[in-house]
Amino acid sequence: MHRRISKQMRNEWYWGWFLIAPTILGLIVLNIIPIFQSFYLSFFKSGDFGKGNVFVGLDNYRKMADDPQVWHAVMNTFLHALMVVPFSIAIALVLAVLLNGKRKGKSIYRTIYFIPMVAAPAAITMVWKWLYNSQFGLINVLLAKLGLPKVEWTSNPDIALVSIAVIGIWSVIGYNMVLFLAGLQEIPKDYYEASDIDGAGKVRQFFVITLPLVSPTLFFVLVTSIIQAMQVFDVIYMMIEVTNPAYDKTVSLVYLFYNNSFKYSDKGYGSAIVMLLLAIIMIMTVIQTKTQKKWVNYM
Amino acid sequence: MPANRFWPRMTAHILLIACAAAMFLPFLWMVLTSFKTVAESTSLNPFVVFPSKWKPQNYVEVLRQNDFLRLYWNTFAMMAIRVLCSILFSAMAAYAFARLNFPGRNFFFGLVLFQMMVPTQIFIIPQYLMVDAIGMRNTIFALVFPGLVSAFGTFLLRQFFMGLPKELEEAAKLDGCNIGQTFVRVMLPLARSGLVALAIFTALFAFKDLMWPMIVNTSSSAATLSSALAKIQSAYSVNYPELMAASVIAIWPMLLVYVVFQKQFIEGIATSGGKL
Repeated sequence: MHRRISKQMRNEWYWGWFLIAPTILGLIVLNIIPIFQSFYLSFFKSGDFGKGNVFVGLDNYRKMADDPQVWHAVMNTFLHALMVVPFSIAIALVLAVLLNGKRKGKSIYRTIYFIPMVAAPAAITMVWKWLYNSQFGLINVLLAKLGLPKVEWTSNPDIALVSIAVIGIWSVIGYNMVLFLAGLQEIPKDYYEASDIDGAGKVRQFFVITLPLVSPTLFFVLVTSIIQAMQVFDVIYMMIEVTNPAYDKTVSLVYLFYNNSFKYSDKGYGSAIVMLLLAIIMIMTVIQTKTQKKWVNYM
Repeated sequence: MPANRFWPRMTAHILLIACAAAMFLPFLWMVLTSFKTVAESTSLNPFVVFPSKWKPQNYVEVLRQNDFLRLYWNTFAMMAIRVLCSILFSAMAAYAFARLNFPGRNFFFGLVLFQMMVPTQIFIIPQYLMVDAIGMRNTIFALVFPGLVSAFGTFLLRQFFMGLPKELEEAAKLDGCNIGQTFVRVMLPLARSGLVALAIFTALFAFKDLMWPMIVNTSSSAATLSSALAKIQSAYSVNYPELMAASVIAIWPMLLVYVVFQKQFIEGIATSGGKL
């Protein structure tokens, strides 16, 4: 059949192209080309005196495999995510369940929990660093009152990453909770009423009704939390200087990327590190979408 | 109230209050410390909770050493331009992706999705090199640059447009509106809550961003509040009362806006987060 393209259809095409043009042009210049450029740069060594980029083939990747800092960073990044993601999700979910329904003071609680989300991480980290201060920080002073020993929260290599994760959890609870509250509101009340009649306790209701039915929200929060936690930078940058004894045990992939690209100006090596981050995040995303079918119930 | 309902409720409130206290305490401590002298802030015996005199000496000092008016302006200009650009361009593209048929639609929308899946750090070095190449480092333009368009915003608003009923557009068409008029007069007003959500999301993200302004605007007169705090921290190192004063100066405007518009903030985040 001869397909005629009517004037009206053509008109719609032109409008479509016109409307997406700024966004698509912007995406190509700002994002798509840079992806290829980062990949390309990862085969070069940036000259010490600026312009001269020298092609080094796979040297940056070889260097990366032999660089203990890179392995530390991979390890720290995963450990950080392993601490932040489960705790922030569990606490947020419990709070959301407690707040769901007609809880007195619901909006006040919600407002307070959300405050860390609207403050700059640079400021937040500074006050936490002060709270963590080993000599004069509030936490150690209170520990001392209880007769407990002082803890080097930000410079003990075994503890610093936990201190960082605590800030991460604290910052994101309110955000996750707001998302969970929205998810919980979708669950029909009859389910709870029916199980009330059956005599099910609140804890059982949580596991049998709430958890399965909130699983789409849970999945969404899980995916975004993992990706966020894997890209941690601000808190570690503000808290741990390169000279900190806990640096090796806290440096994250993004912090390492920043240091190599902009502090030491080796943008080739920095690009190779960012490629590693890309690979890790892509693998995680694939795993998440594969396992999703096993436990997420879409109503 | 029957006794068997009382205790669960009390326990819930105690838990909720404990968490609220944990959320609030760091901010309280920030403000209290910002009014103390260094001696007070580091005196352990007796332990000082409140400053003996509520004198703004730390604020005076921090404001004297840093041009915060400039920082407010840089941050505000960056946020405002990013919000305007992302709303305008994202709404346009989102409407086309949601409602119009044209060749290449799926391919181009694929680009939008692809951008969202990639970690943002991968763009940073090339973006920096571009800004550097055109000699625009240490400008407001440099701060805005990565946020000129928004894949996330396009995706979010497309979801919004797809959720709107088609009848109104058809009515507009019958009234003789062309596609552009339908978009501006009918669809944009209907998507207002989506636009507000995107504006809040974009503004918050820009306000909190640390790495990009630090990289691209190294001169202190071109810094944002976030990147200036990082600088101030390395300059003052242990003078916590002054650091806390600087932090308070940096975050209070956003906190105030949040307290006034908290409903829009929380709903905006809930809708835009959930739509991702």
